[in-house]
Amino acid sequence: MEYPNRPTETAVQQIPDDWFQPIEKDLNKAEEVARPSLSFYKDAWIRLKKNRLAVTGLFFLIVLILAAILAPILSPYSISEGALRNQNLAPTASHWFGTDSLGRDVFTRLWYGARVSLFVGIAAALIDFFIGIIYGGIAGYKGGRTDSAMMRIIEVLYGLPHLLVVILLLVVMGPSLFTIIIALTITGWIGMARIVRGQVMQLRNYEYVLASKTLGASTARIIRRNLLPNTMGPIIVQITLTVPSAIFAEAFLSFLGLGIQAPNASWGSMANDGLSAILSGDWWLLFFPALFISLTMFAFNVLGDGLRDAFDPKLRR
Amino acid sequence: MAIYLIRRFLIMIATIFVIATLTFILMHSIPGNPFTTQDRSTSEAVQENLNAHYHLDEPMLIQYGIWLKSLMTFDFGPSIKQPTETVNDLLSRGFPISAELGMWTITIALLSGITLGVLAALKHNGIIDYIAMTLAVLGISVPNFILATLLIQQLAVNLQLLPAATWSSPMHMIMPIIALATGPTAIIARLTRSSMLEVLTQDYIKTARAKGLSPAKIVIKHALRNALMPVVTILGTLVAAILTGTFVIERIFAIPGMGKYFVESINNRDYPVIMGTTVFYSAFLIFMLFLVDVVYSILDPRIKLHKKGGS
Amino acid sequence: MEKILEIDDLHVHFTTYGGTVQAVRGVSLYLNKGETLAIVGESGSGKSVTSNSIMQLIPSPPGKIVKGSIRFKGRDLVRTSKKEMRAIRGVDISMIFQDPMTALNPTLTVGDQLTEGLKQHTSISTDSAKQKAIDMLRLVGITDPESRFKQYPHQFSGGMRQRIVIAMALICEPDLLIADEPTTALDVTIQAQIMELFSEIQEKTGVSIILVTHDLGVVARVADRVAVMYGGKIVETGDKDAIFYNPQHPYTVGLLHSVPRLDMQEAVLQPIDGTPPDLFAPPQGCPFTARCAHAMQVCANVYPPATNLSASHQVECWLQDARANRAASLMKR
Repeated sequence: MEYPNRPTETAVQQIPDDWFQPIEKDLNKAEEVARPSLSFYKDAWIRLKKNRLAVTGLFFLIVLILAAILAPILSPYSISEGALRNQNLAPTASHWFGTDSLGRDVFTRLWYGARVSLFVGIAAALIDFFIGIIYGGIAGYKGGRTDSAMMRIIEVLYGLPHLLVVILLLVVMGPSLFTIIIALTITGWIGMARIVRGQVMQLRNYEYVLASKTLGASTARIIRRNLLPNTMGPIIVQITLTVPSAIFAEAFLSFLGLGIQAPNASWGSMANDGLSAILSGDWWLLFFPALFISLTMFAFNVLGDGLRDAFDPKLRR
Repeated sequence: MAIYLIRRFLIMIATIFVIATLTFILMHSIPGNPFTTQDRSTSEAVQENLNAHYHLDEPMLIQYGIWLKSLMTFDFGPSIKQPTETVNDLLSRGFPISAELGMWTITIALLSGITLGVLAALKHNGIIDYIAMTLAVLGISVPNFILATLLIQQLAVNLQLLPAATWSSPMHMIMPIIALATGPTAIIARLTRSSMLEVLTQDYIKTARAKGLSPAKIVIKHALRNALMPVVTILGTLVAAILTGTFVIERIFAIPGMGKYFVESINNRDYPVIMGTTVFYSAFLIFMLFLVDVVYSILDPRIKLHKKGGS
Repeated sequence: MEKILEIDDLHVHFTTYGGTVQAVRGVSLYLNKGETLAIVGESGSGKSVTSNSIMQLIPSPPGKIVKGSIRFKGRDLVRTSKKEMRAIRGVDISMIFQDPMTALNPTLTVGDQLTEGLKQHTSISTDSAKQKAIDMLRLVGITDPESRFKQYPHQFSGGMRQRIVIAMALICEPDLLIADEPTTALDVTIQAQIMELFSEIQEKTGVSIILVTHDLGVVARVADRVAVMYGGKIVETGDKDAIFYNPQHPYTVGLLHSVPRLDMQEAVLQPIDGTPPDLFAPPQGCPFTARCAHAMQVCANVYPPATNLSASHQVECWLQDARANRAASLMKR
């Protein structure tokens, strides 16, 4: 490391005289030193890429979704029908993850399960997002009395115990893929609505400030280019974290007998079936669904954390 | 502060009212009448009990009024499947056990979660931080019923270290508590860490250091109290998560708590028990949220009218 | 005069993932007993890092004092153990931070925060600590200190809180008080009151003060001497009058021009164009070159030597060299 120090006496004497002429220069150039500013998403993406765990999670999820689409097509086994002579086989070369008590291939069922679990998670998150955008958007945009009335309602509903309401709904509606998603979103949108409202309020403030400072035309542009992406950050993070909690909720409901019903499979219902088998030593029936639930939740969680950090304006420079 | 708490109290009442009404509407929207059971095993005596409690011959609105009134007197009605029992009987038998499990769980989750979170924040970006946070994400990602089964298989079946089921000695309590506490521990640890990191950058911490206070005193007296505020705010949600967690944990470990009865009632479609338990647990949790608000307003001297609660 | 503090060739670096920031690059200064030294500069000039270095409060990592010494009453603080340093902080040297709204812990009473330093460093009884705190509150101009003692920070206004922060800093009767932008976060009228308080307190207690600020108005009011920092270096230092009436560094001149002054006829405000240098890769020569109207080729290549204009007035600028064309008057710019 070199520290620029004061020159020695002799060094000063040796400086050529013509170095002491004033130099003409454009002072405006000095302002161009500032770092190149990156667009919001590009900047966030660069910081996300530095987070190895989050990138691994993202990669895992992409592979998982592709496999959930392709694997059942490629597999030679059926989801619902098994060969009875192949009951409860441990993992072998022909049945990678073994077979269940009806002789069905666990590997194949796992990918059907992936479809259902991912569908429940993603559908619940997206529906939350739309309801949240509408409710939170109206509250945040209207402000005033409309806002306080709408927020009072949220405050009252927020206290409701999420899973108990979901259980109650499913007991009444009867469990199916459709009703599970409905039940999860009926209670799940509240968190999203609160976040959207907060972001919209912020956006509104920006808009006022900007409108007074800039001309109309560029205001819209600034909102579209800078502010909207900025407010999207927390919403994207919320979506990312809603998916694993919906996957967990589905697994939990399966455990209570309120999940996906046979012959269809979700990871939750497979794990539930596997629970009883584990004491007789058939570990693979629980292990693989459990592993996939955990890995997927882990991947969404680290990705959500990574996105949160990447979008954090405090870390931006 | 008083006005703030009165406001929170009114919201609590409104929320309880909403869940009571929701339960009533949902149960009466079930096709056929859930209270007139076609099941041969239910005796006439049970049907009489149900009629007596729910006044099924009266108009809907009056039934609703009677329902609200019975809730206010903590009378949750009879059970369909166990003719000699009322929901109150089940609650008074099962709830103390569930509460004991829950109390241990939340205590252990708080102690270990806060410790982990504080250590991780103090050694920010160090090896402890890294390990603690990886464990925490894992803890959040592994569902408690899977953890419970793995624990039984390893500790009870393979190693034969701990008893696998029931609730008769401290040894029996270890595995259910671990299974139930891991998730909340992880959530508390992550929250404590991030809020501790934030607090440590505050000027009052710099001021405390500039006074020459010892690091221990700075952490305990100045940082921790402020850092734990967010942890207090999520306690209500955590209690709810633990309570719903007891449903599966009690079933797996064959613990005779309220969760076990509740799951049985779901499987048997024992509607009065489902209704009663749901309303009772909901009211309990909503009351917990209110308690959290009270605790928060005591801990934070700033809390006043302008502070809108719940967020 | 007795020098209470002497900093010699201080270098402070911050290591971040984007590279190493050379925040302070060879700062030397001294402080006489009972005087007020103002360190002036823009944000990022290294003035706060310098003052935090005195207290050994540089967050480490990422910060590190890589070279130099800080001698306080004959003792080198850079080479003092953490434990010994804790015995110095608050007792011999105290510090006040910029924002009084955040400098006090919101969950503890003012009285608790006032007395905790006293209790930490001395074996004083709770009652006498309380009495002393109440005396201090009265000294800094808080009315009804007995009942105020039990209140929480949010029950005080910004100016009041800064008075409490000052009382807190002075309660152990330190020899040196470092105030880092003590008035920046306050209203103008309150600023004047607080600066008045500083003068009063110095008169009563004889404490030496280092005032870190970018506000030359504050400097004019209370400072005895001024050190002007730019790009991690002290570019000019001297008595207040020398700096205000005979500034020699183009940056000092620029700073004076960018502040409204009542005694100047042509009330034209001239901001300094451009932005401060990037201290990830500090320029080889004078850091001000890029923004300097008098820049010469030498400025960009070689850092200028110090020129003694008087016993106390020093400047580091190539315009002082005999070879430089000084025809262009500095003040006209």
